Amino acid sequence: MTTATTVTSTPTTGAPKPTTMAAALNRALRDALTEDPAVHVLGEDVGTLGGVFRITDGLAAEFGDQRCLDTPLAEAGILGAAVGMAMYGLRPVVEMQFDAFAYPAFEQVVSHVAKMRNRTGGRLPLPLTIRIPYGGGIGGVEHHSDSSEIYYMATPGLHVVTPATVADAYGLLRAAIASDDPVVLMEPKRLYWSKADWSPENPEPVEPLGRAVVRRPGRSATLLTYGPSLPVCLEAAEAAVAEGWDLEVVDLRSLVPFDDETVAASVRRTGRAVVVHEAQGFAGPGGEIAARVTERCFHHLEAPVLRVTGFDIPFPPPMLERHHLPGVDRILDAVARLQWEAER
Amino acid sequence: MTVVEHQGQTDAPRPAPPPHWRPRTDPVPLLPDAEPYRLLGVAAAPAKPGARRTKASAKKSPAAAADPALLRRLYAELVRGRRYNAQATALTRQGRLAVYPSTTGQEAAEIAAALVLQDQDWLFPSYRDTLAVVARGVDPLETLTLLRGDKHTGYDPHATRVAPLSTPLATHLPHAVGLAHAARLRGDDVVALAMCGDGGTSEGDFHEALNFAAVWQAPVVFLVQNNGYAISVPLDKQTAAPSLAHKAVGYGMPGRLVDGNDVLALHEVLGEAVLRARTGGGPTLVEAVTYRLDAHTNADDATRYREAEEVEVWRAHDPVRLLERELLALGILDEDAIDAERERAEEFAAGLRARLNADADPHPEELFAHVYATPTPHLAEQAEQLRAEREAEAEGAAHDDAATHDDERESGR
Ligand SMILES: Cc1ncc(C[n+]2csc(CCOP(=O)(O)OP(=O)(O)O)c2C)c(N)n1
Repeated sequence: MTTATTVTSTPTTGAPKPTTMAAALNRALRDALTEDPAVHVLGEDVGTLGGVFRITDGLAAEFGDQRCLDTPLAEAGILGAAVGMAMYGLRPVVEMQFDAFAYPAFEQVVSHVAKMRNRTGGRLPLPLTIRIPYGGGIGGVEHHSDSSEIYYMATPGLHVVTPATVADAYGLLRAAIASDDPVVLMEPKRLYWSKADWSPENPEPVEPLGRAVVRRPGRSATLLTYGPSLPVCLEAAEAAVAEGWDLEVVDLRSLVPFDDETVAASVRRTGRAVVVHEAQGFAGPGGEIAARVTERCFHHLEAPVLRVTGFDIPFPPPMLERHHLPGVDRILDAVARLQWEAER
Repeated sequence: MTVVEHQGQTDAPRPAPPPHWRPRTDPVPLLPDAEPYRLLGVAAAPAKPGARRTKASAKKSPAAAADPALLRRLYAELVRGRRYNAQATALTRQGRLAVYPSTTGQEAAEIAAALVLQDQDWLFPSYRDTLAVVARGVDPLETLTLLRGDKHTGYDPHATRVAPLSTPLATHLPHAVGLAHAARLRGDDVVALAMCGDGGTSEGDFHEALNFAAVWQAPVVFLVQNNGYAISVPLDKQTAAPSLAHKAVGYGMPGRLVDGNDVLALHEVLGEAVLRARTGGGPTLVEAVTYRLDAHTNADDATRYREAEEVEVWRAHDPVRLLERELLALGILDEDAIDAERERAEEFAAGLRARLNADADPHPEELFAHVYATPTPHLAEQAEQLRAEREAEAEGAAHDDAATHDDERESGR
């Protein structure tokens, strides 16, 4: 498909063992820093502290304080400097500390990062990666839980990807760093500590950016989701079995480019679709996804494409967030509204 | 026992300053001069405008100590720059350029910025700085594509070591810092010179760039052209600082205040700053005090916000005339040499005019070519859609053409 960036695995030794998403991301950075001297990590507290989520833990000690660079506290400055570094042939990986603190750098994202290749007729590509921990579910106070992916999705020139599994966290970050275009990697912070048996010695083949994957095959309806909502959807699919519904779950992984083929193939098989994400519903990612599905699958659809999303509100205080975040019940309610009792 | 401590009378040791407190640098050496630094016209000024200076006073001119070849080069660039501004402005009136932000009156700063750089150095211009880009040796036609509207950036940034002209104010300044930092990490001898206007110094990116540059000791020179106005807003509504060069002190870098119409002073001060950056001395902020004689762009009505008298004061301090008078007095130029230089500038303008009068023909396929390294599937679809539309359009046109020919045949022509 697009931006074919196939990354070879790093052969070392060891068997699969329980690994967190945070550790897999750390490993991806370490492997990238080892393999390519052009890779530089920069951001706030990424050096000695190893980042507030410890994703860059130990990198400064291993690679020096220039390869893993503590910057002054200024997001536009960080990203702006990374643009200049990329112009000179480096591959900067920028850590934004939290979703809502990336906004000061938004001008750089939109006006320069996303447009530099285009503005220069292809002569100044910017191979840089912007890592943004995003989403709620960790009890953060305000400005620590935003789902900001739509802002980046709405900006042509960026790739926007988001892992939901330990293996994908490694694979997508490696692919992002290897990409010759800017990639925004939305990291679901509530999955940082989720574990899976994973061996960095045998990373699953890293696919080019832009491929969705079917995480659970099913026949009754398709749940289209990504990032923090994937585990919720898988749980909902298990719960749905009791109702006699066999739900397919598609993990989009890449929001830009969007994998229309995998998505359309799934919805054509099942005839029904629900988009599930944490971000707000109104003018949220689900609207775009539902429209694309409808355009491609209209004659296969037995019901309108539904959306289960966060409310159209600023992210709520932590004691209320469980009411806001789409959970299993809300997903099952939507599935019920797909009305197949009438059909079958 | 009662101890009454009077302030300043106790022998008790003062508490040690907190460990992170450090008097890093005496701010005084970082402070700019009280007056803009000048070299031209400082020898006994002529009694009346236009009066020839005496040989004796001319001898005291600091320009007399400068390399005459450099002085002639600076003069040639100023004359050509003035002509370039006039030509580009004229081309907007003819609709050949969509817009042109003129640097008439600011040529000295533009020329000096370009000439102090070596080949391997990088220039980071703002939208107004097309003249600096041309003076750096970039094809003027390629420099003007942004303003003509056929391409965003016409020149190759790597080949020319000139970053794209930046339209969002001050946002290119952090890029200069990052590039200079990267070059130093690679061990390359590269200095970045970044330009912005007085209004741009109020933007957050200006602040962040200066701070990063100073903390990283990056080889960067920031050149602020203070031309008095940001569109219509005068400097005193932009900042309360005594000068823009003063802003440097808070970041821990030297600020230099220069007469922005004095090309020789600028060449010296910017040259020092570039050398300082090149030799590991870190960044410098240079404020060039100048004036934009034209309106902000051709779309602006400058009479709404400034008095004609003010413009006249600055017209009398014209950067081209300033050097010309000095060089005439020094005998480095004579009227014939001046005429010859104007002739060359005229030829340059004619060439540029001819090339800009040829129609640009940007290809629609360019629309999708450079959004991503490889177009995403939906961009590929859209490119295909446009291609089909254009094909249908061409077929329609061919059909119409054929119909016209038939009509012509039928009518016996
Ligand atoms: C971020 C941003 N805000 C507003 C503008 C619109 N704008 C274009 S030029 C200008 C004035 C700039 O003044 P100054 O920095 O003094 O530069 P000058 O035009 O005098 O060279 C403004 C407000 C812009 N280009 N970018």
